[in-house]
Amino acid sequence: MKLRNIALSNIKRRKAKISFLLAGLMVGVATVVALVTITITLNQDIEEKLDRFGANIVISPRTEGLSLAYGGISLGGVSYNVKEISSEEVARIDRIKNRKNIKVIAPKTLGVVAISSKSVLLAGIDVPRELEMKQWWQIEGRAPETDSEVLAGKVVAESLGLSPGSSIAIKGRELKVSGVIGATGSQDDEILFTSIATAQSLLGKEGLYSLVEVSALCRDCPVDEIVAQISAQIPGARVSAVQQVVKSKMQALDHLVKLTMGISAVVLFIGVLIVMVTMMGSIKERTREIGIFRAIGFRQGHIMKIILLEAVIVSFAAGVLGWIFGIGVAKVSLPLFAEGEAGAVALNLSLAVGAVLMAVLTGLLSSIYPAMKAVRMAPNEALRILY
Amino acid sequence: MSFITVRNMGKRYESGGVPVDALNGVSLQVGQGEFLAVVGESGSGKSTLLSLLGGLDRPTEGSLEVDGLDVYSLRGEKLADFRSEYLGFVFQSFQLIPYLTTLENTMLPLAIAPMKNREKRAAGIHALRRVGLEDKIDRLPHQLSGGEQERAALARAIVNDPPVLLADEPTGNLDSKNGEAVMNLLKDLNREGITIVMVTHNLGYTRYASRTIKLQDGRIVPFTDDDSSCAVTFETERKTAEEGGDSSGAARIAVPVTAAVPVT
Repeated sequence: MKLRNIALSNIKRRKAKISFLLAGLMVGVATVVALVTITITLNQDIEEKLDRFGANIVISPRTEGLSLAYGGISLGGVSYNVKEISSEEVARIDRIKNRKNIKVIAPKTLGVVAISSKSVLLAGIDVPRELEMKQWWQIEGRAPETDSEVLAGKVVAESLGLSPGSSIAIKGRELKVSGVIGATGSQDDEILFTSIATAQSLLGKEGLYSLVEVSALCRDCPVDEIVAQISAQIPGARVSAVQQVVKSKMQALDHLVKLTMGISAVVLFIGVLIVMVTMMGSIKERTREIGIFRAIGFRQGHIMKIILLEAVIVSFAAGVLGWIFGIGVAKVSLPLFAEGEAGAVALNLSLAVGAVLMAVLTGLLSSIYPAMKAVRMAPNEALRILY
Repeated sequence: MSFITVRNMGKRYESGGVPVDALNGVSLQVGQGEFLAVVGESGSGKSTLLSLLGGLDRPTEGSLEVDGLDVYSLRGEKLADFRSEYLGFVFQSFQLIPYLTTLENTMLPLAIAPMKNREKRAAGIHALRRVGLEDKIDRLPHQLSGGEQERAALARAIVNDPPVLLADEPTGNLDSKNGEAVMNLLKDLNREGITIVMVTHNLGYTRYASRTIKLQDGRIVPFTDDDSSCAVTFETERKTAEEGGDSSGAARIAVPVTAAVPVT
């Protein structure tokens, strides 16, 4: 018979009251866990969706001139001293500190070619990476699979009368049109895409890139940092963030996180109040017992130990059950928020640990005040409840 | 030689802004191995005296010495240690912990003792054997009869071999048969050397005590042969007051019982 046996016996034999307390705390923990899990999963979902809008960092060669183009309308302009980016420089992007934040690196080799006496912009792309970045492309036909195939933008296809299966000749080389991209409303409509190797060979730019588009996930780090890190790796290039996309992405996530934190704080506050009131009631009911403990010689510390041990055991169980229940609720309710597109519920270890800690802390904080009040009562006063 | 010495002890409460002397200038000596019965009407100060003897409250004035120890000079938790070392309590209405078995209830005072679990269990079973409950060690309080609960409470009070046993109306909730059984147990324990101070309404039980004192309005007054002949006076008065719903505990005038029933 030790003090812990008293606590355990109370939990074991007063199932109804303990269950009520456990349920109250568990619902609070489950609500917070469900909210946070839904937010984390939605964040990932939103990030994925936002990443489909394309690159948020553009690496281009440093030039002395200014680009005189806006919204696909070029007004001329001269660029000189253009030093293109080498493949060795592109490989260096992988060495930056925040490389885990980089989702896609899509290098391009650009140049002008003449087809049927018309000047056309030819872009050599890493096809799978480009498709990953530009998931909105609707391709009639299919994407190029070999070096002898091209993919035509809508305007180019119309201008040259191209359709999937037709052929074109560039600098005497026969290339087959594998597909035509549906109208995107962007510059892509006026470009002829092929593999990097083909473009570099046709343009005489072996091993050189005109542009590298990078899609970075910027949840844990500011995009400016990534830009600085890439600039340090490729000093000769101009690295710029597409601020609008990045900022709107960060803002959307920030709002969601703030909303969740606010709701979680309110839920937690209400939970603490409920647990505190329940605990106070439970301990008040036990004043008689506390009087007996004190009369037979238990010190205040002995009684505190019994009450707090009970609180820790019950709230630990509530934390674990609340976490499991919260994850379950998140799993069931996520399709309602994410229109069935959300991936698997994010199982976060720190959330699990946090939930249990939060429950134990709530249980302890809620018990300390009423327990202290009860044990400080003169034994005689507590015993007076006996009569 | 005196084991318990009470000197000029007083306790004053505030009741609705009015000071009430629950105990007033009480001096008393109890020898080692003595069985002292304290009688008196409801509100006469019996329970106050018992709680002050048990170190459960602090007196407004006066002092208490137990085994040469000035009890109320003890500060902080030393008073709890005193209770643990010197006293066994038997409360009114049994007061067993409802979620603990008979054995666990009995071992309760040992939960804080530096003993091995095996020794605690042995001491608990020994105490239950002394009160004749060794075959009901795994029952919960609600599975015991009133008499059995009182005996379990008694076992708990003696499990750590305290030199002093304080009993507050130990037969208050028992029928006469069980009441007598409990009184016989107390007498046996007293014969084994435990000093007992028992508060009772039932004057019939004073015959088990080696000495009886009477409290009236917070003071000790002579306990006369007249008192002992009116054996159930206080008991009848208590029950009348309880039935009338008067539980204020304040001093009240005793209702004279004209037809005194002799103790059998």
